Amino acid sequence: MRRNQVAVVGAAETTKLGVIPDMSQIQLHADAALNAIADAGLKLSDIDGIATAVETPQQIAHYLGIKPTWADGTSVGGCSFMLHVRHAAAAIEAGLCKTVLITHAESGKSMIGKQPRYTPPSSLNGQFEAPFGVYGPPSMFPIPVLRYMKTHGITHEQIAMVAVVQREWAAKNPRATMKDPITVADVLNSRMIAYPFRLLQCCLVTDGGGALILTSADRAKDFPQKPVYILGTGESVETPMVSQMETFNSSRAFRTAGPLAFKEAGITHKDVDHLMIYDAFAHLPLFGLGDLGFMPHEETGKFIADGNTRPGGKLPLNTNGGGLSYMHSGMYGMYALQESVRQMRGIAPAQVPGAKISVCHGVGGMFAASGTIIFTNER
Amino acid sequence: MAEAARARPVPTPETQHFWEGTRAGELRLQRCDACEHVYFPPRPFCPSCASRKVSVFPATGKATLYSYVINHRPPAPGFTPPYAIAVVELEEGPRMMTNIIDCPQTPEALDLDMRLEVAFQKLDEEITLPLFRPAKG
Repeated sequence: MRRNQVAVVGAAETTKLGVIPDMSQIQLHADAALNAIADAGLKLSDIDGIATAVETPQQIAHYLGIKPTWADGTSVGGCSFMLHVRHAAAAIEAGLCKTVLITHAESGKSMIGKQPRYTPPSSLNGQFEAPFGVYGPPSMFPIPVLRYMKTHGITHEQIAMVAVVQREWAAKNPRATMKDPITVADVLNSRMIAYPFRLLQCCLVTDGGGALILTSADRAKDFPQKPVYILGTGESVETPMVSQMETFNSSRAFRTAGPLAFKEAGITHKDVDHLMIYDAFAHLPLFGLGDLGFMPHEETGKFIADGNTRPGGKLPLNTNGGGLSYMHSGMYGMYALQESVRQMRGIAPAQVPGAKISVCHGVGGMFAASGTIIFTNER
Repeated sequence: MAEAARARPVPTPETQHFWEGTRAGELRLQRCDACEHVYFPPRPFCPSCASRKVSVFPATGKATLYSYVINHRPPAPGFTPPYAIAVVELEEGPRMMTNIIDCPQTPEALDLDMRLEVAFQKLDEEITLPLFRPAKG
């Protein structure tokens, strides 16, 4: 895909984030979508492309009253929205549609109008993982951690620092769910969830949603918001079974998606002003820093523990507080994208001064899928 | 009583040989006749070279501990926390998820790369699960 041909011209989250017991999941989609449409100064009838995950495009199009000529229901977990951005950019460039709405919402906490997740007992996951006591992401996502730590010489304290640093960012964000400062000792003394991970190393469970509107870069200058251009994109999938990852020392999906996006963007790691790495659990930023090529995996723990990703550090990471402290409704990729867009617009609560390039990297499932979007505010 | 609620696998035509194997006390893997790739989970073709000529063979049941979590909460139905959910690396190469039995469910006892051997646990008349325990000797 060519650089900077497509731009984000509308971006918004749900009016409220956190606990929203008075809205069903599909209404959260609509709330975010209507906010994004207003942000872009558009009418519903201007939208001719729709992408969403978990809910189907037809559910969201019908509920909102949109008549699309292009739809994408890619649903690969929490990074689905990175893939939607990539697919939408290609579709707009190919002339299949002009203005795409991407929505996410999840009533993750209140569970209003949310279908329960189900693993069929005849699926490979149902036959070869479920019988051994996996039960939700906290029991599965951290399974690679001990191997990663042993191979790369990462310590428990270094991984705890991921949560500490992200709380520092969250403290600057009025919409963050958790803002009180925490220490490494707080993390390592919090309630055990699935050794080696404790409560403060696991994401929040909240309600909320977000929506993006994309159009061609040539049209973007006529919109009310500062355009945020798509500079590079990448995606991949590996396996739905965490036990069947090629290795626990790295993520193949990350290693594929990240470098694709960097190559397409034509940038080096030194060019990156702002970075988002989907942090459903505290080890993901370490995997991301290594697999996206910022540094060898052996250095990721020390890099974060030394403060390089905290406010004022040389590589601002997860500046909204992340899934650990900002919010996590179940598929956090949309919120990482929202923060990258805010940073590129220059309106983030914890704005990185002068940031011009933002890398936004997402994970789906338990390292099952990955999507990377690189944004810029310069064309 | 608790064991009755443990998630129960439902075999498909492609995985039948595996579950027949565990019932007979064998851990059955597949090897590609064309490229010799050994793989898991079961399927009637080689995921490395796409050949449909593959053979089923009994594994040694020897493995090492690749990684694990010790799950505290929320526990899966049929499990009493804390319990380890492990991924083991079989001597033949493939990895599989399992539980480690006859071993304290603690970080001290569960040492990465420790040697393990398969132990079959009957769930009901049709399903026997392949679990692993510390290797003897």
